[in-house]
Amino acid sequence: MDIYKLIEWVVKIGIVFLIFMHALAYIVLLERRLLGFIQMRLGPNRVGPFGLLQPLADGIKFFFKEEIIPRDADRTLYIIAPVVALVPALTTIAVIPFGDTVNLFGRQIELSITRVDISMLVILALTSMGVYGIVLAGWSSNNKYSLMGGLRSSAQMISYELSLSLAIVGVVIFSGSLDLVQIAKEQMGTWGGIIPKWNIFTQPIGFTLFLISVIAETNRVPFDLPEAETELVAGFHTEYSSMKFAIFFIAEYANMVTASAMATLLFLGGWHGPYVEKFPLLGPVYFTMKILFFLVLYIWLRGTLPRFRYDQLMKFGWKFMIPVALANVVLVAALALFLY
Amino acid sequence: MVPLSWYLALSAVLFTIGAVGVFVKRNVISIFMCIELMLNAVNLTLIAFSSFYREVSGQLFVFIVMTVAAAEAGVGLALVIAVFRNRESLNTDDINLLKL
Amino acid sequence: MMEQAFFLILATLAVGAALSVIIQRSPLYSAFSLIGVFACLAGTYIMLKAQFLGAIQMIVYAGAIMVLFVFVIMLLNIRKEETALDKYRYLWLLSIPFAATLIVEVLYTILKVTSDFTSLPEMAKRPEVGDSQSIGYGLYTGYLMPFELTSILILLAIVGSVILARREKD
Repeated sequence: MDIYKLIEWVVKIGIVFLIFMHALAYIVLLERRLLGFIQMRLGPNRVGPFGLLQPLADGIKFFFKEEIIPRDADRTLYIIAPVVALVPALTTIAVIPFGDTVNLFGRQIELSITRVDISMLVILALTSMGVYGIVLAGWSSNNKYSLMGGLRSSAQMISYELSLSLAIVGVVIFSGSLDLVQIAKEQMGTWGGIIPKWNIFTQPIGFTLFLISVIAETNRVPFDLPEAETELVAGFHTEYSSMKFAIFFIAEYANMVTASAMATLLFLGGWHGPYVEKFPLLGPVYFTMKILFFLVLYIWLRGTLPRFRYDQLMKFGWKFMIPVALANVVLVAALALFLY
Repeated sequence: MVPLSWYLALSAVLFTIGAVGVFVKRNVISIFMCIELMLNAVNLTLIAFSSFYREVSGQLFVFIVMTVAAAEAGVGLALVIAVFRNRESLNTDDINLLKL
Repeated sequence: MMEQAFFLILATLAVGAALSVIIQRSPLYSAFSLIGVFACLAGTYIMLKAQFLGAIQMIVYAGAIMVLFVFVIMLLNIRKEETALDKYRYLWLLSIPFAATLIVEVLYTILKVTSDFTSLPEMAKRPEVGDSQSIGYGLYTGYLMPFELTSILILLAIVGSVILARREKD
């Protein structure tokens, strides 16, 4: 282990963390502005040019809000819950590759914090830990609405995790690897110089399943039942205020970014795009653009769709998503056998 | 290099704690969790031997044990819900009849 | 040396969390302690070069089975602490010497039998196992039959739990 390797790690972690946290703040702004646009109003535009300083103002506001802990709450769990939600959400970024190896300062640098050969499984393991934050928050607040939110969240997570994993299995069969770098590299190049070799074209069913399940996993509209404000008064975070509430907020947006990054790597060719072989530094740019596409899609859905009812959600998950996902796995496996 | 005996010792201690839990706990769900703990202790032994002998079958056993544990948790918790619905209690001392 | 220190930390955490599973009176606290045990065990699996099972341990045990436990605890809303009946108080006292005997016995055997275990030269030459490739190869060749049988088991478990937990229509 040489000292340069250590410096490289520290620098990479620092840069990624800074960019990630700032990006999260600005995604919130993007969401509010876009929603405003969709709903024919302006959205926050007062703080700074085009409201660009709004995240800063929000942050300051969160810091100075009064912190309330309900009297009958389970204090220990109540305080731990936001941390449990945030840590897995931020850790996943460590195994996500956002570009190929580049040559910088005379060193070969991999554009990911660390490379694991089962990174797909690591991400699945970490995201499945995220649900405990919500569950703990719902339980410890000692509030009926929060408890309902936690219950719904755990049921929803178990149900949609199955179709999510089954949708990923299709991609894994095609690329023969659990390594996200390898999966992205398999999608290099084009067919006939026009259509890029992305998995979305070979497995449209898998992509649709993945997208629906991932929206359900991140608790976003139309699957935001754990925090449905009209029926559960914001669900699991009803009792949370100040920075604890902000942490849940950050965790939710971090999960959205991770989900978008996964969708990009698995189905949209990761960092691949025109001229990326010649200039590897273009990779992260393309990667960010594709992630941004998914984020806008998330916000667009929020502006467009109504919420599912709970029984509809469960029926849809178990009676439609999982059978279709299983059929898709069989189809993909048969195709893979036939083609290779 | 960690010697094999350390892994086995850890596994034995965890297994014993799980076994004690099965005896002293009165709540069905807690007993269930202690059984999961015992299963995990055994898994550790299997993986340790598999890794030291460079023989994959131990890990395949663990894989199958995990699926069995998942099935067991599903059925067991369904039973717990059925029992709770009829008796309003999960204390093993209250569940002493051969019917729900 | 580093590895041993790491193992000792993990083992201490695992044993502490396991003790917490049986000492906590609220099932939810037990469940979260158990998740801690699973996480520590996943760490030891990775130390044993069984990365695949380490990840699967987190996904299946900590991410699915324990969510199910927590779900049931929340669904039944078991907040009250369990109370031991007085007539069984003596069992608590009995359990401690028995547990101590069992632990000493097993530890003695383990240390006696395996303290001189050194990996044989021909074993060291074999490739390391535990990556997804070796597990997949094993599952689909020598262990195909049990692997297929587990899928039937899972199917039976799904049907069984639906039937058991379904509310009977009056």
